[in-house]
Amino acid sequence: MNALLTIAQRDLTKLLRDRLRLGVNLIFPLMLVVGLGNVLRPTLGKATGLDAVTVAFTGVLAATMFQSTAAGMISLVEDRETDFSRELFVAPVSRFVLVGGKLLGETLVAATQGALVVLIALPFGIHITGAGLALAAGPLLLCCLVGGAFGLATIAALPNQRSAMQIFQFLIIPQYVLGGVLVPVQTLPVYLAVVAAISPLRYGVDLARSAFYAGSPHYRQAVTLGPWIDVVVLAGLLTALLVAGVALFEYRERSR
Amino acid sequence: MAVVEVRDLVKRYRNRTVNAVDHVSFDVGDGELFCLLGPNGAGKTTTLSVLTTILRPTSGSVRIAGWDVVGHPGRVRGAVGIVFQGPSLDLNLTAEENLRLHAILYGLFPWRPSYRLMPAGYRRRVSELADILDVVDLARTPVRELSGGTRRKFEIVRALMHSPRVLFLDEPTTGLDPESRRSLWGYLRGVQAASGTTIVLTTHYLEEAEQADVVCVVDRGAVRELDSPANLKRRQLQPTLEDAYLRLLDGDAEGGDGAGDGAGDRGGGR
Repeated sequence: MNALLTIAQRDLTKLLRDRLRLGVNLIFPLMLVVGLGNVLRPTLGKATGLDAVTVAFTGVLAATMFQSTAAGMISLVEDRETDFSRELFVAPVSRFVLVGGKLLGETLVAATQGALVVLIALPFGIHITGAGLALAAGPLLLCCLVGGAFGLATIAALPNQRSAMQIFQFLIIPQYVLGGVLVPVQTLPVYLAVVAAISPLRYGVDLARSAFYAGSPHYRQAVTLGPWIDVVVLAGLLTALLVAGVALFEYRERSR
Repeated sequence: MAVVEVRDLVKRYRNRTVNAVDHVSFDVGDGELFCLLGPNGAGKTTTLSVLTTILRPTSGSVRIAGWDVVGHPGRVRGAVGIVFQGPSLDLNLTAEENLRLHAILYGLFPWRPSYRLMPAGYRRRVSELADILDVVDLARTPVRELSGGTRRKFEIVRALMHSPRVLFLDEPTTGLDPESRRSLWGYLRGVQAASGTTIVLTTHYLEEAEQADVVCVVDRGAVRELDSPANLKRRQLQPTLEDAYLRLLDGDAEGGDGAGDGAGDRGGGR
């Protein structure tokens, strides 16, 4: 537990000292919520009865948590390139503790950013309740963990940070569209429905919305899959990606 | 008694046709200063990486402090300290935060969220290390503000924090100015005299190899000579280690002509 906490603290310390990264990570989701949300407000509102800014906020918050943790795991590659990961890898600590500490640290980083996004976005006419926010804490945490596992599995297979960043963008951006981050995905052509079905972010966003819209008359329009499907898929993904990611990362480190 | 036992070690990287380490065997006695000497690309760092569990051997066996590196990597990691060829400090953290991370990972102290909340024993230790490093306030000094020489010394100090049986140093003085190198060697000699720590280092500086108890000359992955610096010079009929070393490598390049009679009685290679 001590090793887990000290690795996690390192990531949080780094975020708090990197003001530029913190600023960029806050501005991007706010631009999506306030900018695109308002653009979509007349059309989406007319078609579904949902408030587009609130829909965008709930989706972007879940996506921010997912993406922040996933991108944070890429710093493992940076550590590998600066030899810092060797310092971790020669410590008498299990690989699962090392990755667990990294995952916990990046989750804390994402949670800090998520809390700031909520605080800053609230004045822009978002209709969420304190109860909805409290209920969404668990789903958002799951988004972080799955995002971290997704990031780990992505970088474990790639040789350097540059490749990891390029592939990562390629894997994340389609999920913003097909995962229903800004607009809930209702009907899609078959070929896009298949891609949407294998997008981890879709289940995270849907689960977060099921918490935010719990008890709301707009629940059916906002939630497309349902919380049980989301939880089962996300739990399965978390386990599979984490085990595969740890095994692959260690294999690459030791069998070069 | 041998604290490092290497037997017929082979390491071949993926998609390569030649061995980076080619049937290498040697022992390192407790408290010895053992030097792997060789040109760039000789296989020194690869050998050290296998000995410290970073890389898995292709074949052969390695035991450190009695533990097999493949069967008991966790035990091996607890018994060794390592200073890598490249810097392995986190430049985003202060010097003290780097030390704290290491101390907690090695189970020396429990985790606490800040320096002030760490146990008194830890803070005392940091204060002693600040004196060794001649840095006034480790807790407030970002690592990136330390000079190259101080960073290197800092990495050695950190690697010794958990009192390892064996300290591995991979070209520890590369890139340092002569004054820093001298200071670092003074510190290493002091550590060895005080604690009897076994030191295994790689280098291509002959004057550093001269100070070792045993020199293992490696080239193209294989052991060419393994003996004390004095015996190496005697066997190669040369007045200095540099001459002996160059003669040895020249001899290898010319198909063995002029080389000595191979590894001594401490192990050796093919």
